[in-house]
Order: sequence, then structure tokens, then C-alpha cells
Amino acid sequence: MPENNSVHLTIDGRAITVPAGTLLIEACRAVNIEVPCFCYYPNLSVQAACRMCLVEIEKMPKLQTACTVPVAEGMVVRTDTPTVHKARKTTNEFLLTNHPLDCPVCDKGGECELQDMTLTYGTGTGRFDEPKRHRDEQQWSPVVFYDRPRCILCYRCVRVCGEGMDVWALGVGNRAILSTILPNAGDHLECEECGMCIDICPVGALTSGAYRYKTRPWEMKHVGAICTFCGDGCRTTLGVRNDRIIRGDNRDASGINGEFLCIKGRYGFDFTQHAERLKTPLARIDGELKPVSWAQALETVARRWRAIQQQGGRFGVIGSTRALNEESYQLQRLARQVLGTNNIDHHRSADLPTLYDALAGTSATGSAPPLAAAASLKTASAVLLVGGDPTYEHPLLAWNVRWGYRLSGTRLYVLHHREIKLRRQAHRMAVVAEGAEGAAVRYLAGQGGAVAARLSAVGPAEEKRYPQLPPPDPQPISGGLEEFKAELEKESNVVIIFGSELRGDDIRALVALGGRLAGQTRYIGLADHSNSHGAADMGLYPDLLPGYESVSDAAARGRFEALWGARLPAEAGLNQREMAEALDRGELAALYVVGANPLRLDPVNPANLRRSFLVVQDLFLTETAKEADIVLPALAAYEKTGTLTNTCGEVQATRRAAAWPGGKSDLEIIHALARLMGVDFGRPDPDRVFAEIRAHVKGYNVSVVQLAAGRSALAVPLNGAVPHRSAPHLIRSNHDTLFSDGTLGRYSHAINEVMEKRLLLPGQAR
Amino acid sequence: MAHPLEIRVVSKRFDDPSAATLKGYLASDGYKALEKALKMKPEAIIEEVKTSALRGRGGAGFPTGLKWSFIPRQSPKPKYVVCNADESEPGTCKDRLIMQFDPFSLLEGMAIAGIAIGAERGFIYVRGEYRYLIDILDRAIAEAYDAGYLGKKLRGTNFHFDLMTHTGAGAYECGEESALLESLEGKRGIPRIKPPFPATSGLYGCPTVINNVETLASVPHIILNGGEWFLKLGLPKAGGVKLTCLSGHVHNPGVYELPLGFPMRRLIEEIGGGVQGGALKAVVPGGSSTPLLNAEEALGVNLDFDSVAKLGSFLGSGGVVVVNDRTCMVKFAKRIIHFYRHESCGWCVPCREGTNWLELTLTRFHLGGGRSEDIDVMFDVAQSILGRTLCALGDAAAMPTISIIQKWRQEFEDHLAGRPCPYEREFAHA
Ligand SMILES: Cc1cc2nc3c(=O)[nH]c(=O)nc-3n(C[C@H](O)[C@H](O)[C@H](O)COP(=O)(O)O)c2cc1C
Ligand code: SF4
Ligand code: SF4
Ligand code: SF4
Ligand code: FES
Repeated sequence: MPENNSVHLTIDGRAITVPAGTLLIEACRAVNIEVPCFCYYPNLSVQAACRMCLVEIEKMPKLQTACTVPVAEGMVVRTDTPTVHKARKTTNEFLLTNHPLDCPVCDKGGECELQDMTLTYGTGTGRFDEPKRHRDEQQWSPVVFYDRPRCILCYRCVRVCGEGMDVWALGVGNRAILSTILPNAGDHLECEECGMCIDICPVGALTSGAYRYKTRPWEMKHVGAICTFCGDGCRTTLGVRNDRIIRGDNRDASGINGEFLCIKGRYGFDFTQHAERLKTPLARIDGELKPVSWAQALETVARRWRAIQQQGGRFGVIGSTRALNEESYQLQRLARQVLGTNNIDHHRSADLPTLYDALAGTSATGSAPPLAAAASLKTASAVLLVGGDPTYEHPLLAWNVRWGYRLSGTRLYVLHHREIKLRRQAHRMAVVAEGAEGAAVRYLAGQGGAVAARLSAVGPAEEKRYPQLPPPDPQPISGGLEEFKAELEKESNVVIIFGSELRGDDIRALVALGGRLAGQTRYIGLADHSNSHGAADMGLYPDLLPGYESVSDAAARGRFEALWGARLPAEAGLNQREMAEALDRGELAALYVVGANPLRLDPVNPANLRRSFLVVQDLFLTETAKEADIVLPALAAYEKTGTLTNTCGEVQATRRAAAWPGGKSDLEIIHALARLMGVDFGRPDPDRVFAEIRAHVKGYNVSVVQLAAGRSALAVPLNGAVPHRSAPHLIRSNHDTLFSDGTLGRYSHAINEVMEKRLLLPGQAR
Repeated sequence: MAHPLEIRVVSKRFDDPSAATLKGYLASDGYKALEKALKMKPEAIIEEVKTSALRGRGGAGFPTGLKWSFIPRQSPKPKYVVCNADESEPGTCKDRLIMQFDPFSLLEGMAIAGIAIGAERGFIYVRGEYRYLIDILDRAIAEAYDAGYLGKKLRGTNFHFDLMTHTGAGAYECGEESALLESLEGKRGIPRIKPPFPATSGLYGCPTVINNVETLASVPHIILNGGEWFLKLGLPKAGGVKLTCLSGHVHNPGVYELPLGFPMRRLIEEIGGGVQGGALKAVVPGGSSTPLLNAEEALGVNLDFDSVAKLGSFLGSGGVVVVNDRTCMVKFAKRIIHFYRHESCGWCVPCREGTNWLELTLTRFHLGGGRSEDIDVMFDVAQSILGRTLCALGDAAAMPTISIIQKWRQEFEDHLAGRPCPYEREFAHA
């Protein structure tokens, strides 16, 4: 910090130095002097509304709000004087005048900032002895309930919804003592149902439909798990009672997502208790799936697999985009070593092998890895987004992009065939014809002719002053893709995010484009689910071993052969589509599906399906499971410990929060089947498997200490070409939304309720 | 009809019905000041206003010339002149007369302000209830445009000044300058955090001068007759004359233009014709937000910023409310706090919750449900609002309450003894 950017001041007699522009309240925090506050919330606009943060500043006649005053050279501040204490006491008392004091039944009781403040700064007794105004609680959406009497009007909800989410669903109505928070749509919310407003509410004024009146916070244990829905890898703190998840929230904000969570991470967990969740293994007996014991089910599988092996039948394996890294790793080992096949694949949504291959061919692998962690979007000077729709498909990335725009002056470039919501933060947005993204990228990379595009632009974010309004609408500008290109070429250190619209050679063009930009370009390939990226890294490909090494590369294969003491097949296997076709032709004797629903993507004639032996391991009776010979009830990610890799390539540890008595983890099942097939994979201990992954999978030699501390570690499985048979037609994003997420989303009551209510006309809900 | 003790400057055309037309205005020296200002250096205009020692007539009494000099001239942003015509302070009713009888003086003052600070656009933010004034102002503006006193190339020079009216929607708080700017921008009328002050970041974040109607209407007189002349009408530190709105228990309520430093006693006795219905008990010296003076204080004070300030009160917006000795001060306090509770914008906690608390307790207290500890609690609540709020409305609510409890505590005690209100019974039979 250069000297002229530092400010020296004295707080409670302590001399401190902080960067110029620091708010006094943050300066106090920096030296662990607590200044109580309600309306102040870091990184949202300041309000000066609650008046809880008043402090004395020498030479100023009145008490000053520490949340709004920037530090100044030589400032002398006192936070511990009788005047300050008195001010806090009465402000706290004011807040309680119309408060119902219904803590014994309030959801927030026990973790309420007003309770805590009252205990620390308040008076023992209140002097207010007048009637209070009651207002009935209101339900604004399936997710959001509002209790006006508990509300202290800190406006955090309004700001997080507007400034943070760019949804602007909440506002302030009436004035004076009748002031109230209200949905801008009137009596209900038309919003993203993220629940951010509920989480940020310091009191129990906003409560969630998923959690309200279910339990008290101290009756739960709180486990930090990684969200099992989209690929962004948010940490969700699961509140668990009697092995059941009661709540998901993010109050400790310790994950890569900071305070962010979307509806799925916050409320989607209830699929774990869905009535249709599989409780026992099922076996097809007389044409029908009937409950059987685990021993019976597993032995049947092993017996049939052995028989098929003896007859020389072909196997196929489909892995999961949500199973943990350890499980996917062991699954491909089972396929290759035990079943002797490279017919293994997963539902691909990002063409990562092509990205890594293209990157290997460039000098991009300079000092820092050419991959970008999610958090880097918050501070990037420029971001280029091609395809995808982060707002709905990757909510954390969208939150971070908006953050960068709002707080770091990030210039966002969007190239898309639709006017996606992030255009509202876009320095340049180019809309091209559907399917023309690849051609546009080639043009930007100087490799092709012009592509017609409509351009719009938004100016830089407003300074942080109150009140914040929705940013102005993007304005159309002229110039087409040329202008976009010229503007983009001024940038350096760009982070490029691309969706499933780009695959194969388009990605090579994208990397060429990135190579032309100044500084270091970094990439994020958007992959659908919580471990889509991990599935790819762990080698759930017919031609790639873990770490993107070729099955036909004798040296690479040899390393794994030595490790496992076995011969592995050297020929590339069938991909998911080819396996479906083989099934249809009766050429695949056995298919083992782990946490996937391939028949939804590649339907097979059921009559033909019956000719092969189908084992499905899942939580629910999916379209695929319904056709199975054996169904094995698996555990959800929230019931397991291990690691996941998010769409950016960040590895994180997740911890078991809940239990499901009938089920077994994929890891346990895979190990059990291997043993029954005569191969000992050892104890199904995720730590041991992860140790092997760290030692043998390219890019995964990450720090376990870092993971154990709850941080993420970027895995960079990059060096050398990736000899991969790119199959663009297999890159198929689900295009999940905030209110859908593959199979799991279909079994979440919370998410479905939102969807159902959305079909109703405004005002018709409830 | 002018009272002989008045010195009519801003109100000099109040008796001339033609002054609200451009023709009539021009006939009585109208727009001579603008013609003069168009030939002056902007800095010289500000100097002249500084010389006049004109202080803001909106309530805070800030020196106007100084305020104008804060506008960063080099700023590339557009600059604005905003007239605060939200006049909502109980006891204040002077700006309406200017706008009704002499609208062009406001237009002229704003154009001169525009030249002085380099603004090419102005807004008059008119209190919503003053709907009838909008027509008058709009008509005057149209006439001024037609004659080149507004618009592009003022009177053929290279100065431009566009002006328009904008109505509030019935919120006292929108008279607070930053809330006014928010409202003018189309947002909720909630004050801004200061600094930055309007001079650097006002309307749409641009340098803005915001002045009261009377302040701006004084400007043409100052430019025409010289700052020195204006200064000499009043006291050195607060030059000139000022409209005083006399109301309450007096025989001749009305708006009178008096030199600063005029004795309150003469105002009440000679101009007001004496206290009506009883003896003098209290005086609100400058609008409902100012601490009350007791009879002795009131009769000894002169109406200028510093003299009133010495008694811990303010000249404020010039609203003098005379209160006779048959008035229950508890009820008076309750009535004042009712206004502020209703008008609190609700943004910040002490004002929103404190005014509510005070009104509830005062109401109960006045009805006879008081307890002895209530008096101290109310005093402490008011003290806890004072100086702790985002804008001065909190202070405006707290100050009269504090002064009433301090100066008429006995009346509160009386309510405890003879409940309900002992005075109401007594006065009813008197
Ligand atoms: C709650 C509140 C209400 C106010 N209402 C008015 C008003 O109605 N008219 C006015 O001129 N000033 C009002 N003011 C004062 C303005 O904030 C501001 O000081 C004034 O417009 C400046 O003009 P001046 O310098 O010419 O007095 C109010 C202030 C507060 C705190
Ligand atoms: S749930 Fe999210 S989008 Fe909806 S109102 Fe709350 S913060 Fe806004
Ligand atoms: S609902 Fe909660 S977050 Fe919103 S203003 Fe009220 S107390 Fe604050
Ligand atoms: S003092 Fe009153 S009027 Fe002013 S900001 Fe606070 S609540 Fe609003
Ligand atoms: S935290 Fe400073 S006023 Fe609320």
C-alpha cells in the first residue's frame, strides 16, 4: 500500500492505518472493535438508517454514523464513551418499541441480530408502554413470508434483491411509522426466489416457506455441504435434526459463494426426503420390480456380470454428473479394470477435453493457470461471456459477474443469440442468430467473415449512494460485431465464460481469440451439474483416463495398470449415444448406470432394452431405472463425504450432513460390486480414494489442508495434447433453470411449488 | 395593506394585482436586475449577494452567497438551480404569497442565480397542496419565455436558462433539500446521506444550488439596489428584511416584512394587535420545529438569527406562533408531535419510532393516563432523537418537545394531579 493511499487515525486510543476511502465501521472491524449495526451490510449501498453505529469523532458536534463516514487523516474516534453507549441503548430500545417480542416462536430466535444486540447493547427493561401495531403476516411467494411487526426496516432485503440480484422485487411502501417492506409487484413476488432477502434479514421478519416454524436453530447441527444442484459449487449450510435436513442457508458465508445461494442451494434439499425416494434395492421378478435385500441385489448383479463376462458380452457404464470425484474415479476403475471395458461415458455439457487440448497447443499455460476460479469474476477487469445463461443456469457466476460490474468496474462482453438478463450489466452485448455464436467467435478471433449482430451497451455502475435504482436499460448502439471486437481488443486479462453452444472447433477458435487478447486470458466452460466437471476430470470418457490422458497412450495406461495391478483395455470405447444404439441393436449385454438417466436423452426401444442386463443406481425411479433389472438405492450428495469439482475446476470437500437408512453411497456400492467380482478396491473410504486421485490424476495434487479448511483448490489437468474424439453432438446442456435441475429438481417440493405457482396469474396465487 | 412598521422589499408588489403579469412586473422595475446581471461577471453577482449578507429563508439561515460560491465552476457536469417551494412548516405561509402576487421576482431571482453559478436549467419544486400556484407560476414562466427572460439566449445574450415547475405529493419531508432532490428525480422522498452536499452532488449527481422562494425572490432587489443597500435594511450579519408569518393568538395575524432585528414585543403588540384571549404564555419563534420561548424570553428578544439563537432557538422559516395562557402545553406538544410523527419519512429509526412513542405517550398523558415517570421518559426519548437522525426532521420533532417539557414541566405535573387535562375543564368554564 503506497503511503499516500493510507490514512492514519486513532480509534479508542489505538493508532491504525487503513487504505483511504475505507468506511469507519470497516476500519473499526479491522482492529476488532465492534461497532453495532443493522442497516450496514458490506458491499451494499449505505443507508444511515438504523443509527446503531453512532460513534464520537473529535471536532464533530454530533455523533456520526460509522457506516457512512470514510476515514480521514488524523481522525480521532471513540466508540466506547457514555454518550455512545447511551445512544446505542436508546436506538435499540426504539427498535423494540413496535417489536412483538415473540422470540419464543420466531424462527430467528437464537440467531437473531436484534436479540444479540439487545443482549449486548440494550437495556434490561423497556420503557415503552404503549399499544403496538399488529399486522398479519403475509405470504409473498411459496418461499417468502413477511411479518411486518418484526421488521426493523434495515432495507437489507431491498438492497440485496436489487443491487445484488438485480431483481428489484422489493421496495418500501408508506411512510413514517407505517413504512413497510413490500413486493414491487403488489401483494406477491415476481422474482428469482433466491431467498437472499430471507438470509440477509437480521431478524425474523422474512422467513422461508421451507423452514418456518419447523425447529429452533440450536436443535440442529449445522453442516457445511456443497450444493448438489448446478455446477457452481456453492457451499450450503445444512441444518440437520435427527439425520434429516431441515434447512439450507448460508449464514456463515464461508464457501466460494460468500453470502450467495440460489433457490436450489437453499431450498432444494428437500428431495432427500421425497416420498418416492428409493428405500430398498429392487429386482425385476416376474417382470416387475420388487424389493429385495442388499445382499440379494448385489449378488445378483455380480452373478449376472460374471456370466456375461464368460460369454464375452459387452458392457457399458454411464456415470453421474453429481456423484463425488472419488465415486466417479472408482467407477471408471470398475469399468476398465473389473468389467474390462472403455465403454464409459457421462452426460456431457461442456467440451472440456477440447478446451484443454486447445490450451495445450498455446502458450497460455504460462505462469498462472488459464482457468478462472468463480471468485475471480468479482474482480476481473473484463469478462467475455459466449452462450450459456448464467443467471438461470449458473446463478453464482451471474452473482459474481454482477458484483464485478457493480463494485470492481468489470466490463462485461456478452455474445449470445438471446437477450439474456446479464445484458443489463454488459458493456457490450452482441446478439447474433441462434447457432451463430461459433461463427461470431471465429470472426472475433480474426478467422472468419462478419456475422450480423445487434449491439447494446450499458454504462458503468453508479457510485454507491442511496437510494439505488435499477440500472438503466441497455441502449442499442451501432457498429455490429466490429465495434464489439474493437472494444474487446482493448482489454487485457479477460475471463472467458462459454456455454454448450461452443464445442469442438468453436472452442479452438475461442482459445485462439483468447490468445490474441493482452495479458492472461482465463476460461470457464459451463457444465451443468455439481460434478459434471469432476466426472470429466475423473475420466468418465470412452477414450480418456482420469486427468484427460488417452486410454491408448501406453505410458499413461501403464501407470494406472501398475497402480491397480491389472491390464486395462487400450481401445477407445463407446460413447453414451453409441451405447444406446448398441443397446437398441441388442449388442450391449449389460449396462450399469450410476446416478444418471441416459434413456431420457437417448431413448431406446424398451423391447430391445429387455435383452440386456440393466443395473441402475439412483435415488429415484427415473425413466431409466424403471427399465432396470436391478435398482440400487443410492445416497444423495448431502449424505456423503468426499470432493466435488465445480464448473470452474475448483475442487471442494463436502461433508455428510444427513442419513438415508435404506441407501448406500455409490462408493460403497462400487467397492462391494468390485469385491464380489473378485477385485478388492479396499475400504470404501473417500479419503483414501482421494489420496490416490491426488497422486495419480493430472492437476489434482491439490492441498488437502486447503480443502479441509473449507476452501477450494483449482485443479488444472493441463499439460500436453488431449487426444480426444470430440463429439459435438454429445455436448448437451440441460439448460436447467433456477427452478429445475435434472432429476433432483423434479423431486424438490420447494422448487416445484414455485413452478406451480408461477403458472398462476399474478394475484391469483395462494 | 402594508403596516407602517414594515419595510417592503420582497412583498413590495403584494398589493399590485398587475404584478403577476409580465407587463405589470416590468412596470414596477421588473427584470431590471436581470438585465443588469446579464452584464455582470458571475463572480460579481455572487460578491454582491455576499455583501448583502442574505441568509437562507428556508429555515437553516445559511449565507446564500457563500452557498453559491461552493458550486465548482469548472465541473463539466450541468448545474442546476432548484427553488424549494415546498413550504410545509406549520406556522409558515410566506412563500405562497410571493408565488401568488409576485411570481416573476422568483423567476428573475432564479435566472440570476443561474447566471451566477453557470446553470442553464432550474426547477421550482412546489408543495403538492399549492396546486393553485402552479397555474400562476406556469403562466408566468410562459410569459417570461415569450419575452426572452427564460429560455435560450436570455435577452439576446449567450446565457440560457430553462425553468419548469414540479409538484410534490404531500410530504413535509420533501422540503428537506436532499429529499426534495430525490423526489424531483422521481424517487421516494428520502433524504440523502451528506456529504456530499448538493453544491457538489445535487440533482442527478450534478452541482446544484437549492434555495427557498423568499431567498431567491430577494436576489433581484439585491442586484438592482446593491448588496450594501440590502444589508443596511437589517443587521450586519443577516442583511435585509424578512417575511414574518404571525399567527396564533393575536388579533392581527398575517405576513409582515420586517427588518431583521425587529423586536418580538413590537411584532406581537403593535403589529399583531396584542395577544388574543388571554395573556402571553409562549411563542414559537420560527416555525413549529423551533424550540418555544416563554413569555419573558419572547418579549425580550429581537427577530434576528443570532438573538434568537442565544435563547437556544431559531429564527427558522419565520413562522411566529403566539400562544396565550389558556393553552394546554401538553396538548400543544402533542399536536406538534402528531405532525412530525405523521410527516417522518420513516427512513431512520430514532425519528420514525421516537415520534411515534412521543405521540402515543403524550396522548395517553393528556387524556389522564399519565404516570410520573412518563415526563422523564418523554424528555429522554426526545433527547435521544435529537442529533441522532439522518436529517433535521428528527431534530425538528425533538426540539419543541424538549423545550416544552423543560419550560412547562409544571403543566405536566398538573396533569398527573388533575386528570384528565386540568386546563381543558378550567378553560371550558372560563
Ligand atoms: C424536514 C425539513 C423540511 C424543510 N422544509 C423546507 C421547506 O418547506 N421550504 C424551504 O425552503 N426549506 C425547507 N427546509 C430547509 C431546506 O432543507 C434547505 O435548507 C433550504 O431549502 C435551503 O434554502 P435557503 O438556503 O434559501 O434557506 C426543510 C428542512 C428540513 C430538515
Ligand atoms: S427471493 Fe431473491 S429475488 Fe425474490 S425477493 Fe428475495 S432476494 Fe429478491
Ligand atoms: S424484512 Fe428484514 S431485511 Fe428487510 S427491512 Fe425488514 S428487517 Fe431488514
Ligand atoms: S429524521 Fe425522520 S424524516 Fe429525517 S430521515 Fe430520519 S426518519 Fe426520515
Ligand atoms: S449501521 Fe450505520 S446507520 Fe445503520
